[in-house]
Amino acid sequence: MQYQPKIEPLFSTLGWIGLITFALLTLIVVPSLYLAVPDGSSFHISSYTVTLIGKIMCYCIVAVAMNLIWGYAGILSLGQGLFFALGGYCFGMYLMRQIGRDGQYQSLLPDFMVFLDWKEYPLHWMGTESFLWAIILVLLVPGVLAFVFGYFAFRSRIKGVYFSIITQALTFAFMLLFFRNETGFGGNNGFTDFKRILGYSITDPTMRAALFGLSAFFLLLVLVLSRVLIKSKFGRILTAVRDSESRLMFCGYDPIRYKLFIWTLSAVICGVAGALYVPQVGIINPSEMSPANSIEIAVWVAVGGRGTIVGPIIGAASVNGAKSFFTQAFPEYWLFFLGLLFIFVTLCLPFGIVGLINKLKRKFTKSGIES
Amino acid sequence: MQEMLGIKNPIGRSTIGHVTKPEVDISHGPILYLEDISVSFDGFKALNGLCLTVDAGELRCIIGPNGAGKTTMMDVITGKTKPDSGTVFFGQSIDLSRMNEPQIASVGIGRKFQKPTVFENHTVFENLELAMKYDKSVLKNLFSKRKQSQIQKITETMEIIDLVDQADRLAGLLSHGQKQWLEIGMLLMQEPQLLLLDEPVAGMTDDETEKTAKLFKSLAGDRSLVVVEHDMEFVAEIASTVTVLHEGSVLAEGCMEDVHSNERVIEVYLGR
Repeated sequence: MQYQPKIEPLFSTLGWIGLITFALLTLIVVPSLYLAVPDGSSFHISSYTVTLIGKIMCYCIVAVAMNLIWGYAGILSLGQGLFFALGGYCFGMYLMRQIGRDGQYQSLLPDFMVFLDWKEYPLHWMGTESFLWAIILVLLVPGVLAFVFGYFAFRSRIKGVYFSIITQALTFAFMLLFFRNETGFGGNNGFTDFKRILGYSITDPTMRAALFGLSAFFLLLVLVLSRVLIKSKFGRILTAVRDSESRLMFCGYDPIRYKLFIWTLSAVICGVAGALYVPQVGIINPSEMSPANSIEIAVWVAVGGRGTIVGPIIGAASVNGAKSFFTQAFPEYWLFFLGLLFIFVTLCLPFGIVGLINKLKRKFTKSGIES
Repeated sequence: MQEMLGIKNPIGRSTIGHVTKPEVDISHGPILYLEDISVSFDGFKALNGLCLTVDAGELRCIIGPNGAGKTTMMDVITGKTKPDSGTVFFGQSIDLSRMNEPQIASVGIGRKFQKPTVFENHTVFENLELAMKYDKSVLKNLFSKRKQSQIQKITETMEIIDLVDQADRLAGLLSHGQKQWLEIGMLLMQEPQLLLLDEPVAGMTDDETEKTAKLFKSLAGDRSLVVVEHDMEFVAEIASTVTVLHEGSVLAEGCMEDVHSNERVIEVYLGR
């Protein structure tokens, strides 16, 4: 009888239950508790909480994108924060335009341009008053930058730690560039004081709920998309790039193309996450491009478990949850804690939290084969 | 740009004064020409004016002491190392020194490494599937579905390499000999015209070695094989022509008996 390969489902039953629960919670329960339940009720969810969770979900999207390149293709990028920030800046330009004459100087130009005595918008702001163009920029700018950078880096066969270092240098260079006033992105203050999206007030609860729901929806979308990718033949080739690139080349595959595809896709996803993030937190400035931010993204994925489906989400959510607690309770110790966490995870949990759970599961189930 | 997007195979493109065809042209007999190849690493001459011709359908064995340049020669043929001087031609018209590894693999040259190299986190089945002769571009593989005919083909190969009952096992869990077989199977899936095999029977039991010898002999004729091996018994079993390399160039070439009785070969390699 002919051998038939097993066909694995996209998600396990537990996975589907998790996905649907998450969708119900974020798309229906939280928004209705926030919008419909009155302020005094103990079931009411505050604007603060909604914004915080929305922000963390944006980080989760970045973590999923990071996992695509690091977990599956083995490319450790320490510059994903750059693409995130660029997406944020692209959408930020639109948000600045939406302020209109409500700024401090009652000019059509953003305050920082008036302050610099500029008379009109610089060329690269062209068209940013259009919402559609802003969305296109959000996708295009991180995508094109990643494609060009990736093409040269992968063609020169830059790998491993060298690749990590030049991505750090890249994000650092952009940070310095954006700090300059001449660049036309508000210098070290960046963009803030947003008023409207599509004419609707940005602080309106409905708008907050919409941004929250959009972030949740996009997170789900990215999660399912990455799962579909990994389960396809493309995904198997990608993990083969990670495990044995030379073998793959001698099989006739060009690893550059595969790396470039996933690298660019990852950057675009990060860009969208940034665009969702900025209206929720209300500010974007060059510190988002600091090398430390990008390293933190790698920490999330490592903590959750790289190369696993939910690992990056668990990692991003738990580290950021801890961060918002620590930075309030013991602000000066947060960075020490983060450093210790990374060392602990690297030494003791090579496969992160998800790896630990799997290991415990294997210990307690008698079969011992299930992974 | 075309090259980057994988729209067109660059081998089919004409370059200035040099028109190449994607099909290997063996009308003159030989499938592989190495002419006057020299490679040096930091002053050390790994290959030194190496000349070698392999006929289509031939099974050629390459022997020689350590450091004779056997693996470097394979690196040059497969594009991993660029020669400092000399020409490498596949058939009459394909200049290998202008191509990179994936391009060389896709015109029909398969390689087995000295150390068995398989995708350890993939199953045996998936390893063979990845190696299968098929469009290797990104877009094709994003949306590809397994066809029954492909499963059939992979199953046939698994039967040849005796790994059907291991189909769902991760390749990393196989024994050394099984990994060697799997890599040979992957080579078969590529359907190459020329197979380069670097120490294919290292770490195999006598039984396995014998089976490998049979397999190689059955492959020769349709395909050409170049086998680098230290196991002289195995070489004697399969080879019609043996080439002895020494210090980066050909020391002797001929049938097994001639080579065995060659004074120089005895001195530098066989001993006694």
